[in-house]
Amino acid sequence: MPETFPLDHLECVWEKPDTLTETRFHYCPGCGHGVVHKILMEAVKELGIQGDTIGVAPVGCSVFAYHYMDVDMQEAAHGRAAAVATGIKRVLPEKYVYSYQGDGDLAAIGTAETIHAANRGENILVIFINNAIYGMTGGQMAPTSIIGMKTSTTPEGREIATQGFPFKITELIAMLPGAYYVTRQSVHTPNAVRSFKKAVLKAFQAQKEKRGYCLIEVVSNCPSGWKLTPVDANKWMEENMFPVYPIGDLKVEGKLGERMFTQVTKN
Amino acid sequence: MSETRLMKGNEALAEAAIRAGCKGYFGYPITPQSEVVEYLAEEGRQRGMVVMQVESELAAINMVYGAAGAGARVMTSSSSPGISLMQEGLSYIACAELPCLIVNVNRGGPGLGTIQPSQGDYFQATKGGGHGDYHLIVLAPASVQEMADFVYDGFDIADKYRNPVMILADGALGQMMEKVVFKEYTPAEHIPPKPWATVGKPPTRERNIITSLFIQPEKMETINIGLQAKYQRVRENEIRYELVEADDAEVLLVAYGLSSRICKKVVELARQQGLPVGLLRPITLYPYPYEILQELSERISSVLVVEMNSGQMVEDVRLGINGKVPVGFYGRMGGVIPSAEEVLHKVIEMFDRVELKHVEEEYHA
Repeated sequence: MPETFPLDHLECVWEKPDTLTETRFHYCPGCGHGVVHKILMEAVKELGIQGDTIGVAPVGCSVFAYHYMDVDMQEAAHGRAAAVATGIKRVLPEKYVYSYQGDGDLAAIGTAETIHAANRGENILVIFINNAIYGMTGGQMAPTSIIGMKTSTTPEGREIATQGFPFKITELIAMLPGAYYVTRQSVHTPNAVRSFKKAVLKAFQAQKEKRGYCLIEVVSNCPSGWKLTPVDANKWMEENMFPVYPIGDLKVEGKLGERMFTQVTKN
Repeated sequence: MSETRLMKGNEALAEAAIRAGCKGYFGYPITPQSEVVEYLAEEGRQRGMVVMQVESELAAINMVYGAAGAGARVMTSSSSPGISLMQEGLSYIACAELPCLIVNVNRGGPGLGTIQPSQGDYFQATKGGGHGDYHLIVLAPASVQEMADFVYDGFDIADKYRNPVMILADGALGQMMEKVVFKEYTPAEHIPPKPWATVGKPPTRERNIITSLFIQPEKMETINIGLQAKYQRVRENEIRYELVEADDAEVLLVAYGLSSRICKKVVELARQQGLPVGLLRPITLYPYPYEILQELSERISSVLVVEMNSGQMVEDVRLGINGKVPVGFYGRMGGVIPSAEEVLHKVIEMFDRVELKHVEEEYHA
């Protein structure tokens, strides 16, 4: 084995964008956060907006997002990322501002901030990771946990009578006139990753044109919280999450898609 | 050029904010301070400010966090119940060391309480309020003029220490009309550069991060030590107070804000009766003027603290006096303003007690 690897003769098939720092991800094996981080930062790099982008990190597993994303960032209190992003965007209207939030942050404790930011049509991008569980605090029920889902606070499975329904906040937001682009994506296959990246690029373009609020929900996994292997977790997600949270655009260029009307009454 | 106008306290404060170069205001209407957002919605917007009426005080304080973190001179205002909602954000702002101005036009509580003036939020304002070891710097105006002046000072002090500053007023100061002079003030000469702000990272520097999360306890302790060192500097440099007829006073009144105005009248009335009464009026409630109390305790015979609450600042007065002389308290609660006459009555009682003590001492001698 030669001392130096002959890189000259190899084709580069994977590269970490330099908009990601050298810090290793703390995420569990198989977790979707790492892929979402990379794609988001790839988009920032490709658009050449690293120097004009400010991110807002949430509370949850991605609380340390600012360790990895090489852009100016603010860490928000739990649920308040949309308000923090609003504050930044209103005083720096020419900059690109995004928040990165989980299901507890965005759809439970931060519901008011989320909905009002959307309703005002804030020119921000919100990345919403929905894995239907509270990963960081040890696997408790999320507002998006599906019916029957076992978590540490629903050991017998989530039941409607006492815990209510999975909160389809993305459908709710799509209904608001301030929301310009609302889509639901995933990152568990190469095709899904490509589609997610297109969504991110589209959302930043919309922000550049001051079109209004953009929300990208990423239905993601939590192998540790779900107590499944990464492969089984993705399979479980496809079989159980996607029927409740179907992948696709809900609203494009301010217009509700047909999918919206067929899905909003289901489940 | 300076300009004289007749205005409500809330309006004077809002006008001063525009003149102080405040770039953003985020708030939620609540009596008795809604004139602030109303004034800014018209005047502030016309003069280039971002003025937002938002969904809650919770959202407002977090917008202040975001905008202050982005380097803008920003503020919010509210009254007691709304300020309670902001405590979460204030703790984060204090830890992330973001300069900003918070105005509490204090009303009677607890709970939903009343819309009348009160000083019931003294503990909340001066002892932290939210979770963790932190302090706001607290300025207590006692006139419409100071409602305006302390806005400039508040912003400047906030920038100087990268610390949230609170103006603790009350419903009467917010609502009453007085003459106010707006001084000359050029924001550009006062607002320092903010190289730490998140404005977008040029290739020439590392990314800026605004956070209050330091998961390693040793690191978190280091952050705390830094904050405490800052508060020490604040205590050394920013204490403000006013003394009225205190040189020969036997009974010293201690009161801040609206109570101090009433006590000024009490001093006048008492002096007319030949009673040597003086007043110490703390202007900064944090940092608190303990030292002057210590000094005065050498030459006064007793202290009467007057507050529009059940006795909150009196604890700080006792710390300053440190047992040297008796400390009495007179307070009205729930939005009731004490009259000068009822305070004077209390003062006369104290003199009677002092005289009685002299008689007893002579008898024993």
